[in-house]
Amino acid sequence: MNTAVGRKIVMSVTGVSMIAFVTVHLLGNSTLYAGPEGINAYAAALHRFGVVIWAFRLTLFAMFSLHVIYGVQLYLDNRVAKPNGYAVAKNIASTFAGRNMIWTGLLIAGFVFYHLLQFTFQTVGPGPAAAAHPDSAGRPDVFTMVVQGLGSYAVSGLYCIGLAAVGLHLGHSIQSAVQTLGLNSERSLPLVIRGGTLAALLIFLGFISIPLAILAGVVK
Amino acid sequence: MDLTLFVWKQSGPEAPGRLEEYRAKDITQDMSFLEMLDMVNEGLIREGRDPIAFDHDCREGICGMCSQVVNGVPHGPLEKTTICQLHMRHFRDGDTLYIEPFRARAFPVIRDLIVDRSGLERIIRSGGYISVHTGGVPDANVILIPKADADIAMDAAECIGCGACVAACPNGSAMLFTAAKVAHLALLPQGRAEGARRVCLMTEEMMKEGFGSCGNHYECQSVCPKGIKVKFIAKLNREFIKAKVKGG
Repeated sequence: MNTAVGRKIVMSVTGVSMIAFVTVHLLGNSTLYAGPEGINAYAAALHRFGVVIWAFRLTLFAMFSLHVIYGVQLYLDNRVAKPNGYAVAKNIASTFAGRNMIWTGLLIAGFVFYHLLQFTFQTVGPGPAAAAHPDSAGRPDVFTMVVQGLGSYAVSGLYCIGLAAVGLHLGHSIQSAVQTLGLNSERSLPLVIRGGTLAALLIFLGFISIPLAILAGVVK
Repeated sequence: MDLTLFVWKQSGPEAPGRLEEYRAKDITQDMSFLEMLDMVNEGLIREGRDPIAFDHDCREGICGMCSQVVNGVPHGPLEKTTICQLHMRHFRDGDTLYIEPFRARAFPVIRDLIVDRSGLERIIRSGGYISVHTGGVPDANVILIPKADADIAMDAAECIGCGACVAACPNGSAMLFTAAKVAHLALLPQGRAEGARRVCLMTEEMMKEGFGSCGNHYECQSVCPKGIKVKFIAKLNREFIKAKVKGG
């Protein structure tokens, strides 16, 4: 798989898996709008899978690691392959999102690390760790953790930066994955590009609506 | 019309290069871009100065030898046109043009605007051919090819191997070139037989030559003087996946 095309295929397959996860994650997050009853019940239901959830997490971690390792390697090799730019730089077809995949990717890696510490391992605040603070039904109080955690402007600001990186990264990657897997034709490529950008925008808006709704006091 | 040129001057592969300013005077709009450079060079030779070295051959847009980047765009501002077929009527009096060689690690500068593109030849040599028994000339139409397949194969075969795709690619990748060759042969029954082996060998050679990986930016498609489409890169990717699944 360590060939010019093989490495791109690894990037696409791992990327598509993570896009699928992100989509399910967004649907899960939307239970927050149903109040404590929604998201706490959702979290409790997920945890009933027990060992399956850990197998899922480890698979996702493997996908994430492969994506980062190959992505960094591709970036470094490509930089060597194009050591000098032009005195007058002109981009005709490439996009800001496409040219900055490495930077949005690294931002996402940092953001995911922080996000996991905050809401999965629950070791950084603000907001009480859900595992240690059950709600009235005895379930981990995810709702209070999230609402108080994202209630801080500083934390929500970090989420805005992280989610903007996610949006930009997906803006290029959806069409790129389809092309690398050879799934499009000449006629479908413009549709795939527009559809990918639109999907990235919807995912971005879906995620960012949560910290914004919390800051605006819509969810409390 | 009079133009100001900033042209990349580099005396040899190892020498440092820099942009030098030249004046192109009394240029008519009927001249081709290369004829404009010929005029500048004649002036330089008369003054006893070193002329600007650049690649050219047929000057008809079919050989793939000319290779210059004008204001950041390989082959200049006109779509689907090689620099030799670009005429000065597309520029205006007083314009300032930055003329640079095709840039990529796999294309080392030989002198000024001339780069070594033999890496593309070696990609072809690695698998861009079909193996046939030599002998008498085969009868025409012995192997029937559907018109639609022949048309798409011919679209891919239009590639003249100039390397503008590599020059435009932010990653210095030769994917559009390699894909055009892979697709052209894979679409025809004569080339189909060695398709799996070919795609593996050619992409391997591409990497060995120091070309980068495709980032799906599609800059290549927008500068290709022959209008080769990135759908052929998708085709190459499909060929590669098929070859690997079958154990190529």
